[in-house]
Amino acid sequence: MSASPQNNGNVGVAVRDLHRSFNGNEVLKGISFDVKPGETFVIMGPSGSGKSVLLKHIIGLEEPDSGEILIADQSVHGSEVLSHYRVAMVFQSGALLKSLSVGENVGLYLTEHRLKEPEEISRIVAEKLEAVGLKGLEERSPAELSGGMQKRVAIARALVVDPQLVLFDEPTSELDPLMSVNIGEQIIQMRDRLHPTIIVVTHDRDLAFAIADRIAMINEGQIQFIGTPDEVKHSRDPMIQKFIHAELTNP
Amino acid sequence: MFYKNIGQIMLLFWRTLKAVPNAWVERKKVYDQLFEIGNASLLMVCILALFIGGELALETGPTLVERGLSGVLGRMIGLSMCKELGPVMMAILIAGRIGSAMAAEIGSMRVYQEIDALRTMNISPVNYLVMPRMIAMVIALPALVIFAIPVGWLGGALVSTFNASISVSVETFFHDLREGIAVSDVVHGLVKAFVFAVAIGLISCHQGLVTIGGPRGIGRSVTKAVVNSIVMILILDYFVTRFLIYFQ
Ligand SMILES: Nc1ncnc2c1ncn2[C@@H]1O[C@H](COP(=O)(O)OP(=O)(O)OP(=O)(O)O)[C@@H](O)[C@H]1O
Ligand SMILES: [Mg+2]
Repeated sequence: MSASPQNNGNVGVAVRDLHRSFNGNEVLKGISFDVKPGETFVIMGPSGSGKSVLLKHIIGLEEPDSGEILIADQSVHGSEVLSHYRVAMVFQSGALLKSLSVGENVGLYLTEHRLKEPEEISRIVAEKLEAVGLKGLEERSPAELSGGMQKRVAIARALVVDPQLVLFDEPTSELDPLMSVNIGEQIIQMRDRLHPTIIVVTHDRDLAFAIADRIAMINEGQIQFIGTPDEVKHSRDPMIQKFIHAELTNP
Repeated sequence: MFYKNIGQIMLLFWRTLKAVPNAWVERKKVYDQLFEIGNASLLMVCILALFIGGELALETGPTLVERGLSGVLGRMIGLSMCKELGPVMMAILIAGRIGSAMAAEIGSMRVYQEIDALRTMNISPVNYLVMPRMIAMVIALPALVIFAIPVGWLGGALVSTFNASISVSVETFFHDLREGIAVSDVVHGLVKAFVFAVAIGLISCHQGLVTIGGPRGIGRSVTKAVVNSIVMILILDYFVTRFLIYFQ
């Protein structure tokens, strides 16, 4: 098993003319954008527009038909990004391993790569769980937790990696408004403490405007608009107004 | 049926072999799997073997005795158990009991993105999931077969003794069995068990890894894993037998 990558510091992400079809259905139709190192980049867009597929390509879980992903200005193929950089992804479902306890889930990266002694790992796990407001839940099974708690465990699991690049897929979907705010705060805290490059896919307009350095609007597999939250809010583009409106009434 | 998957299964086999050197470091996962297999199947193996031995005696005993061949009953049942029925029936049992569980567990991990999560942590699913299961399987199945063979003999001996139309004494039965069976016959059975274990483990883990489509997909994967394993066991049984006869 490969050890933790040596590279340090956050990394920029560039996506170049990404195309991807599933069974003849073209989902990504030439996506290009740049995320600067340390930037918080939010991707918004209607359901089925290819946001999750895009994240999976960035992190190397899917292979594009054509186009390129560059991490720190280097073209990466397949799962190279996963072995070269400390990256983390918080899945929409949390994707906790049901066969492990909460503590084992959070410490999994360190245990499996044998980066620390067991006592040290327990200490780090306790610290990260406390950071997401779940102190002392190490022994619980993920199945015993609510959806929001599972998602926070997933965030703790991402924190443990000390990521250079971290991807969130709809971190606040299906959560009550208070919990959404809480998750938003976690992301802001992570940004302020570790300064990773952050890419967030969300339908949550409040979250997007609160955390984003820039927002990209994606529709039907194409980027419609990229700009700062202010530029998005004040854009006269009817398409974007429709997006925002749609996000408001049908989150 | 599954020949389109043969390439993928071979690739998985190769990647598992490459992960085998990590087996010692990952021994805790292997122990866990071994424990699970033993726990789930030891009692069933016992019952199955006892009844297979008994049933063999019941079917063949009266005819052999009638023809004055009561002296070969022990060797006949002894050989059938260790070369054919022991490994094949235990493999089928394990395919149903353990192969299904492996496909279901890995399949649900696939469907619920747990495997994607592993990969984002740069943890290889082959290393983490497949290799420990394969190692446990190739240890457990031959061990269960070694256990099942004498139990089957015992079943045969009991029926031979107590069935009125056979009435071959336990001493005669085991005397003949000892005369007729060599260590190589047991090895024959163990080689088969080993090959079946590889097949069940690979087919079940592969089927788990390629699961798509939610809970129904998991169900489909389990069915496929079990059916394909059993078909493969019977096909391999023929070829391994041919191979072993050739080298005898
Ligand atoms: N593995 C796959 N096989 C076939 N089609 C797929 C696959 N993954 C995604 N798709 C298709 O790609 C399209 C975009 O899916 P994606 O999950 O990226 O949408 P999304 O923008 O994340 O939507 P949502 O906001 O609802 O999560 C969908 O039409 C989906 O059916
Ligand atoms: Mg999505």
